[in-house]
Amino acid sequence: MKTKTTKRRVTPPARQPARLWQLRLYVMDQTPKSRAALLNLKEICEIHLKGRYRITVIDLLKQPQLAKGDQILATPTVVRKLPSPVRTIIGNLSDTARVLVGLDLRPANPTQ
Amino acid sequence: MKRHRPHSPPTPPQLPKCPTGIQGLDEITDGGLPRGRPTLVCGGAGCGKTLLAAEFLVRGATQFGEPGVFMAFEETEAELTVNVASLGFDLAGLVRGKQIALDYVHIEPGEIQESGEYDLEGLFVRLNHAIDAIGAKRVVLDTLEALFAGLRNEAILRAELRRLFRWLKDKGVTAVITAERGREQLTRHGLEEYVSDCVILLDHRVNDQIATRHLRVVKYRGALHGTNEFPFLIGDEGLSVLPITSLALNHEVSTERIATGVSRLDSMLGGHGFFRGSSILLTGTSGTGKTIIAANFAQAACRRGERVLFFSFEESPDQIIRNVHSIGLRLEPLVKRGLLRFHSARPSLYGLEMHLATMFKEIALFRPQVVVVDPITSLMDSGTDSETNGMITRLIDYLKAGQVTTLFTSLTQGGHALQQSEAAMSSLMDAWLLLQDFEGNGERNRVLYVLKARGMAHSNQIREFLISDRGIDLVDAYIGPSGVLTGSARAAQSARETAETLASQQEAAQLKREVERKRTALERQISGLRSDYETEAVELRRIAEQVGTQTRLLTTERTELGRLRQADVSVSPNGNGRSEPGRKSR
Repeated sequence: MKTKTTKRRVTPPARQPARLWQLRLYVMDQTPKSRAALLNLKEICEIHLKGRYRITVIDLLKQPQLAKGDQILATPTVVRKLPSPVRTIIGNLSDTARVLVGLDLRPANPTQ
Repeated sequence: MKRHRPHSPPTPPQLPKCPTGIQGLDEITDGGLPRGRPTLVCGGAGCGKTLLAAEFLVRGATQFGEPGVFMAFEETEAELTVNVASLGFDLAGLVRGKQIALDYVHIEPGEIQESGEYDLEGLFVRLNHAIDAIGAKRVVLDTLEALFAGLRNEAILRAELRRLFRWLKDKGVTAVITAERGREQLTRHGLEEYVSDCVILLDHRVNDQIATRHLRVVKYRGALHGTNEFPFLIGDEGLSVLPITSLALNHEVSTERIATGVSRLDSMLGGHGFFRGSSILLTGTSGTGKTIIAANFAQAACRRGERVLFFSFEESPDQIIRNVHSIGLRLEPLVKRGLLRFHSARPSLYGLEMHLATMFKEIALFRPQVVVVDPITSLMDSGTDSETNGMITRLIDYLKAGQVTTLFTSLTQGGHALQQSEAAMSSLMDAWLLLQDFEGNGERNRVLYVLKARGMAHSNQIREFLISDRGIDLVDAYIGPSGVLTGSARAAQSARETAETLASQQEAAQLKREVERKRTALERQISGLRSDYETEAVELRRIAEQVGTQTRLLTTERTELGRLRQADVSVSPNGNGRSEPGRKSR
């Protein structure tokens, strides 16, 4: 379901604005872990994806029904919705190197 | 007093149980799984963990009004729905009816990057959401161990699992957690460490090319449970666990007697036949008439208006009906009236447990008063000895609990009338009839005797068993110095006996005549002697008379002579002729 509808409709316009990264951060309540994850994610995006990313924070405490759709298991979880394929990183994102591997950002920006 | 007995005595508050609805499992666990606590179900691949868990949920939703959440880590919703459909469960319908919620948790090993600390709140949220959405009382996590493949940080994972189980308890749901069997421990990742209330182990073994599933309650904290291994099956109506050692030996017994259909056999059994609810074994080599006796028994029961279920593992129903027709038994009207029901299957069709389950199902459906299993030995070939004994025990217990009278026929091989396995089986039987062949005189004859009949006086005689077109008849066999004689030998023997009697009668008559003859001879002799004596006596009397006459004559002569000589001495007529000289001289 997910693959069929999103691919057909989203892929052609997604190519146009070049590389608009859509990231979703799933957290559980405003815990220190959640805040750390958001800060870490923002920091990495500012360095590598400046101006071409969008982060949506979803608090599962308020919207528990959304956990199923992205197969959320752990919190915090970052889901890269675009560009496809979907990628998932879990944790407070304190290990930047792993986040870059997870988001597949390394080859794009070998410097840093 | 008696009225109060069924109520359980005031026991200390027991662990509340959550009935699974799975046939047999609730018996073993004495009521079900611990309510509001997690239960671990572990076992190797393909041993039925998922199906057990699914049935627990489905039965909960359909039979006990307890909605459930199925969280699957290995199968998608669609796959799961199809898989349990084979057990006759309409998962999709239950999901639509909000009785069951399915949640597939997708974990692809290596797909998730881990960076820093995390927890499994996502899982908790999903579970919580699903539970609250339908008000679930039951939860299944199948197989939680998939988490170990997807997540690398085992320290976090273990801490979170511990938290999960505590959370489930706090939530008050009865949970079933499945796990893969480990090499040295119950589960591969040691989940038993977290679930300490109830652990069930499933196992799938192949023995002699026959696969059997077994279930064992390894642990059940705070409750009594059967610790044995119990075979179980996955049939088209779900799982059924078959307790070998059922409830205990406490079934009610009847003193009612039921006729066997052969009046002479009834009289051998104390005149009234078998006890109702007893199990009867009929042993014999092939062609001794086991099926015929069984059919007779069935017919007699049907005529009393009872329902009879006939399990046949050798012949088709039509064949049995045709064959017994030749001895005057008409079974087809009974079948048409719904009193008699046949169930024929080849023993090799499926394994022993499956046969047993099928039989249980048929019995539960038809509710017969009499069951015939013809022959039980065919079934025994499809399992090992201990298994078959266990199975027969279970069958007998099941039937006895329902006061069903059961006749098992048993085919013995060769000349051995009693076999080891039968000896083991016989202890379960209340009555044991033996059919045997007697060969000799160029013919084969059948005999029948009662080997045992618990609780009744029974004949110790061997009877000849005759099958004619009028049915079965039992005849006294001739037992003489040369052994048991049957058939024409018996006839010949009785003819010989008649002849012998005749001969001795004739001899006696002859002896009698002889005596008579001797007596007459003796009498004749006596009368001869008497006549001799009489002749002699006459003669002697005649002689005596003669002598008298002569003496008189002589005296007369002498007197005359004296007179003539002028003698002075008178001669007395009776004197001896001597004179008295003294008188003469004076």
